[in-house]
Amino acid sequence: MSIESTLPVLKPADFASDQDVRWCPGCGDYAILAQMKKMLPSLGVPRENIVFISGIGCSSRFPYYMNTYGIHSIHGRAPAVATGLKSARPDLQVWVITGDGDGLSIGGNHLMHAIRRNVDLNIVLFNNRIYGLTKGQYSPTSPLGKKTKSTPMGAVDNPLHPLSIAIGCEATFVARSIDTNIKHLGAVFKRAAEHRGTAFVEVYQNCNVFNDGAWEYAKDRETKDDTTLELEHGKPLIFGKERQKGVRLHGLDPEVVELGKGISEDDLLFHDERAAEPSLAYLLSRMRYEDGFPEPIGVFRCVDRPRYDDEVNKQIEHSLKDKGKGDLDTLFNSGETWTVE
Amino acid sequence: MATATPTKPVSDLVEATVRFCGDSGDGMQLAGTQFTTTSALLGNDVATFPDFPAEIRAPRGTKAGVSGFQIHFSSTEIFTPGDTVDALVAMNPAALVTNIGDLRDGGILLVNKDAFDKKGLEQAGYETDPLEDGSLDKYKLHSVDMTKITRLAVEGLGLSQKEADRCRNFFAMGLVFWLYDRSLDPTLRFIEKKFGKLPAVAQANTNALKAGFNYGETVEAINTQYHVGPAKLKPGTYRNIEGNLALAWGLVAAAQLSDKRLFLGAYPITPASDVLHYLSNYKNFDVLTFQAEDEIAAVTAAIGAAFAGEMAVTASSGPGIALKGEALGLAVMTELPMLVINVQRGGPSTGLPTKTEQADLNQALFGRNGECPMPIIAARSPGDCFYVAQEAWRIATKFMIPVFVLTDGYIANGSEPWKIPKVADLPRIKISHPSANGDEFQPYERDERLARPWAIPGTPGLEHRIGGLEKANITGNVSYDPVNHEKMCLLRQQKVDNIADDIPLQELDGPESGDLLVLSWGGTYGSCATAVHTAQKSGQKVTHCHLRYLNPFPKNLEKILRSFDKVLIPELNLGQLNQVIRARFLINTVGLNKIQGKPFSVIEIVNKINSLVG
Repeated sequence: MSIESTLPVLKPADFASDQDVRWCPGCGDYAILAQMKKMLPSLGVPRENIVFISGIGCSSRFPYYMNTYGIHSIHGRAPAVATGLKSARPDLQVWVITGDGDGLSIGGNHLMHAIRRNVDLNIVLFNNRIYGLTKGQYSPTSPLGKKTKSTPMGAVDNPLHPLSIAIGCEATFVARSIDTNIKHLGAVFKRAAEHRGTAFVEVYQNCNVFNDGAWEYAKDRETKDDTTLELEHGKPLIFGKERQKGVRLHGLDPEVVELGKGISEDDLLFHDERAAEPSLAYLLSRMRYEDGFPEPIGVFRCVDRPRYDDEVNKQIEHSLKDKGKGDLDTLFNSGETWTVE
Repeated sequence: MATATPTKPVSDLVEATVRFCGDSGDGMQLAGTQFTTTSALLGNDVATFPDFPAEIRAPRGTKAGVSGFQIHFSSTEIFTPGDTVDALVAMNPAALVTNIGDLRDGGILLVNKDAFDKKGLEQAGYETDPLEDGSLDKYKLHSVDMTKITRLAVEGLGLSQKEADRCRNFFAMGLVFWLYDRSLDPTLRFIEKKFGKLPAVAQANTNALKAGFNYGETVEAINTQYHVGPAKLKPGTYRNIEGNLALAWGLVAAAQLSDKRLFLGAYPITPASDVLHYLSNYKNFDVLTFQAEDEIAAVTAAIGAAFAGEMAVTASSGPGIALKGEALGLAVMTELPMLVINVQRGGPSTGLPTKTEQADLNQALFGRNGECPMPIIAARSPGDCFYVAQEAWRIATKFMIPVFVLTDGYIANGSEPWKIPKVADLPRIKISHPSANGDEFQPYERDERLARPWAIPGTPGLEHRIGGLEKANITGNVSYDPVNHEKMCLLRQQKVDNIADDIPLQELDGPESGDLLVLSWGGTYGSCATAVHTAQKSGQKVTHCHLRYLNPFPKNLEKILRSFDKVLIPELNLGQLNQVIRARFLINTVGLNKIQGKPFSVIEIVNKINSLVG
């Protein structure tokens, strides 16, 4: 039997704190919160061993609504707070909740370093392509030309793409899901939780007040089958309502093709989330709806690499083994000393 | 070996001050450190002042690249590295021109004659050769062909000329060691340890050192040796220690004394980096060091570690502390214990990276948004850093609060003899973490000191959330209630004020009332203590009051201040403590201020005392 059977069985409600959830009615955050609460009991991790850490922004209120340990920290710094916590206490399961502004603007530096260190964190970035809490300025993921309160003539700065950033930092686990695709979202969270190392998850999240419909193409029943593509390890990249379309490589570039007409599944690009090189994952992260591609959801990359929190603690263990437990009296009396009678 | 059969007359001195100066890269810091260690082993009281440029290597021979190391050694107790220099070693004209002003009239001047060529003189701005033009007549000038002699001393060892010339500092050391009757043994041991794996280099340095020593012994022009006997220090085992090392050791000790793991989050910055360097070597003391991507990550990682239940520390210098400001507000709001160390340097902005200043008191007191009080403790000397680290951690955990520790570049790099404590004699720091007792856990419930419980993740039943938004008292839930906010501001302030009940009353050096009180803090301790002792010896009614606790102040401070006709506050800033004292107590104090990147000389303070009570 698994260990889980010996633990008290927790229900989603056990993970709800006593605080009123205060997001705007209709906010995509509710669905994300619900899926998190639903997924966590399936991990068999005791509630007291789970910590949620966030920065600033609408999404960053998340820890208040979880009946676990948590810190609602400061602008963009959640990955750094989490790195300190997880390095000190590798036994805890640590989640970082952030948004496109918090994670990629003010906290871009910390996000980059947490990922490249491969700290065993689960980072969930809610991407709604807008600043919600400060009431509607453009964010680092807003598209070119986006008109907002602070860009009345349209944004002229190129958007960042979270997954490309993460893969560029050699992330060991990268995935994407959508707030309303609840089954998929829960499954992606579970995969992230089970990954050892930094798991980076982008969630397309709707801000119905300041940027309603930003991801409509990926959510609408009528269009989503043609605009998104569900990744499966070892399977060819097939999408479309009739699963009649696929993606194949033309040189180093992907192209959308119709199946049949001389093109079979074997001609398509096959997904390999465990590829040692991040090239495929990066290529997938660059497929955009606006360029005529379906946008992949699911796990882009999942590889094993040494984890920072593990390694720093191993160094301490090794040092203890090599030198023995440090003795202060010996340390203080080392080197040149003299005695006054 | 030096004391066996002196061939020249030996003159006894109570104390002396020596300065080595040359190009950065000439090994002047090493020469100074070796002379210090040797003097300390001889039983002298010592105080040192390393002074080096911010540039790693300025162009050779220029004034910008001059690096110096001053050692004051004495057969009596001393507190400063000395005002004027008795013997100056100048390795080149640039070092001479920038340091000669500090050599006392009649002082000994040892120069490397070989460096006084046309180019060297030009780079230093000399129009005529000072070794020839009579401008140095008031000193006992010895111009020595240090480069040539060193090359001869290392001949046959297969060294390149560049490598051979690198041994010059050992020649200079050897000569000064002879001059002040010091044994070569500690330095020979050092050479063996440091260069043991490079036999040619070890031999070359040994040869150069001995050549310098023998030069003093042989050359007739140098006709007197000086001897400074051991000081009467309290019985015990001593070592020489510099401030950053004492601080690192104090932190490791505090962790052990409180049964905690030490977590340091740091980003390299002068003059604080050595704290990170030292602690990185103590992994077998259960020390985890995190070199963060920036100052903000350094402090926020420490906050994460504090939440985790560790002894969390972040160490930086002024500009780095400025970056940490927002996170320090979070630490205050979340009422987590941690230490924030500021090894102060000249500011503002990047300012004077390698020079000292004590101008970050205002930053420590006020450098955060909102009403955000933090306790502040300042070290007064290198060895004192050890104890300050432990006292700060005691306060942080007892009151559940981040505590500022102030040192400065002068203390951090300076050194003094340190009586090695027995760990068993150090006070233990008691910390308790709550566990579930059946009642609903209230993360902002307070004890009699107003400290909240330190509940750590992994404890069943105490799940709770903290953060930067205002907290409702007791429950810790987010609260925007106006009355609660005011109450919480007052509670956080009261918590700091309560620390005054937990720290010792202020002690004085001198009578409890009189004509003048000299009130000091931090690294100016030594100059102020020496100046006040001088004044007291000449019959002036002057008392010294040195503050360790800057927020809150000791409870008896106001009474002390009001017991003197005048209060003088010397500070290496434009009057930051002075302003606080005047505002808090409405007392008409007098400031003595200096912002030159250098510590006070004793005479500067003596002169000010004389002008006030003369």
